[in-house]
Amino acid sequence: MRVNLRVNGRPRQVDDVWEGESLLYVLRERMGLPGSKNACEQGECGSCSVRLDDVLVCSCLVAAGQAEGREVLTVEGLPGASAPSSALSSDPSGDSSEDDRSGELAPIQQAFIDAGAVQCGFCTPGLLVAADDLLRRDSDPSDADIREALSGNLCRCTGYEKILDAVRLAAARGETRRREGG
Amino acid sequence: MDFLRPASWEEALAAKAAHPAAVPIAGGTDVMVEINFDLRRPDHLLDLGRVAELREWEVGERTVRLGASVPYTQIMAELRHDLPGLALASHTVASPQIRNRGSVGGNLGTASPAGDAHPALLAAGCEVEVESRARGSRRVPIDAFFTGVKRNALAPDELIRAVHIDRADGPQQFSKVGTRNAMVIAVCAFSLALHPESRTVRTGIGSAAPTPIRARAAEEFLNAALEEGGFWDTGEAVPPSIGARFAGLASGACNPIDDVRGSAAYRRHAIGVLARRTLTWCWESYRESERRAPCA
Ligand SMILES: Cc1cc2nc3c(=O)[nH]c(=O)nc-3n(C[C@H](O)[C@H](O)[C@H](O)COP(=O)(O)OP(=O)(O)OC[C@H]3O[C@@H](n4cnc5c(N)ncnc54)[C@H](O)[C@@H]3O)c2cc1C
Ligand code: FES
Ligand code: FES
Repeated sequence: MRVNLRVNGRPRQVDDVWEGESLLYVLRERMGLPGSKNACEQGECGSCSVRLDDVLVCSCLVAAGQAEGREVLTVEGLPGASAPSSALSSDPSGDSSEDDRSGELAPIQQAFIDAGAVQCGFCTPGLLVAADDLLRRDSDPSDADIREALSGNLCRCTGYEKILDAVRLAAARGETRRREGG
Repeated sequence: MDFLRPASWEEALAAKAAHPAAVPIAGGTDVMVEINFDLRRPDHLLDLGRVAELREWEVGERTVRLGASVPYTQIMAELRHDLPGLALASHTVASPQIRNRGSVGGNLGTASPAGDAHPALLAAGCEVEVESRARGSRRVPIDAFFTGVKRNALAPDELIRAVHIDRADGPQQFSKVGTRNAMVIAVCAFSLALHPESRTVRTGIGSAAPTPIRARAAEEFLNAALEEGGFWDTGEAVPPSIGARFAGLASGACNPIDDVRGSAAYRRHAIGVLARRTLTWCWESYRESERRAPCA
């Protein structure tokens, strides 16, 4: 079957989608967006997390046909679409040139790097999308809020502490940006 | 495989009538796991995602009409006051990602003995509104809904439209045993609702029998003990002996199995512990509300 949807702000059309296929499969195998990871295909690990019409979901548990006419945001789209205050580039090192969007990072991505929250990186895309979703809803989350928001994402490497640091860091930087009238 | 996308409830019923073997898909958190793992290859998937009314709810005078597809996240956020037991149960389901999609209609469709909505629905009291194109709508009392392991009272051409749940008239609790606080199928679960208006209590037990069940003998014992002791009026603390007897009868209601998550003996024991704890919690909040607003 044919499926039409918007992915990271762009209209996309895919053909020959099998009716039982997951949104995750369509993103990775038919659209060339391998950022969302496939680890369990049963909702346990969260590494396939995306936003579907602004709601955080496991894309492995959404049938492709259910995404017809809907808006999907994947980790690839985070730099362009993350938490409101983040539209401005937060990169203090200022390496990325203004017009080279591919080099730009969302604040949550920069915070993961700065906090050392990435080891093998397999869980990272899902955690970024989930953490960004939290900060969009709550710019100053408590530790308990962060733990709950990330409770659907497994990481086998980091032991989670650095990941929590990264989310706190992104929240604090967002706060600074807001105070400075960003 | 065909992917059916009805745009309205009427279209959905018509599709189910035309293809009784079609598998409805709401949040997909049960269905997609089965498809991904090749455990299910239906000829037709019936997507309920475009039937907007299934995601709506309405708080009436005595009941809440909860559309079948309302996700757990919404129940936690919006219905904590009217459906405290179900809101607590919803919060223990899986993870934010799953709670954003998974629904009570899907939980009832799967009818797993471990479904977390079930004990809360049994304790609160509710009716399941189901409908077919051929025979119209009917209401199935929750006590008659679960007919066997992962079996329910739905006919092949029927769909679940909504659940009519009694609004809480007193404290409700839900408690679940598992290895961690998130992403855990219940080893066993227990829900208790106090109904001060009728001066009765209701219970629900999950994962400790082939279907979700009520602990009837425990309810009857506690109803009588609370009445005889005048506890509803005095709001006095319920003595430990009553709690212990209630717990023993709740354990006795179980008919559990040994499996990887726990032994039958452990489940029986744990249900007793949960029954006693939820009684203490519920009765404490009942007493507090009585102290704050003594009967005129
Ligand atoms: C990682 C993970 C963790 C989980 N943890 C828990 C947990 O802790 N507790 C728990 O209770 N469950 C858990 N589940 C199971 C699942 O999330 C729940 O059963 C959920 O309520 C299913 O809802 P859904 O809308 O996603 O259902 P779907 O998957 O869309 O459907 C489930 C079943 O119901 C049928 N159905 C759906 N809607 C209707 C309708 N309107 N009329 C008739 N039939 C219908 C479908 O055909 C299917 O048979 C978990 C699942 C996953 C993947
Ligand atoms: S791949 Fe979707 S949750 Fe693991
Ligand atoms: S960094 Fe390896 S799984 Fe998280």
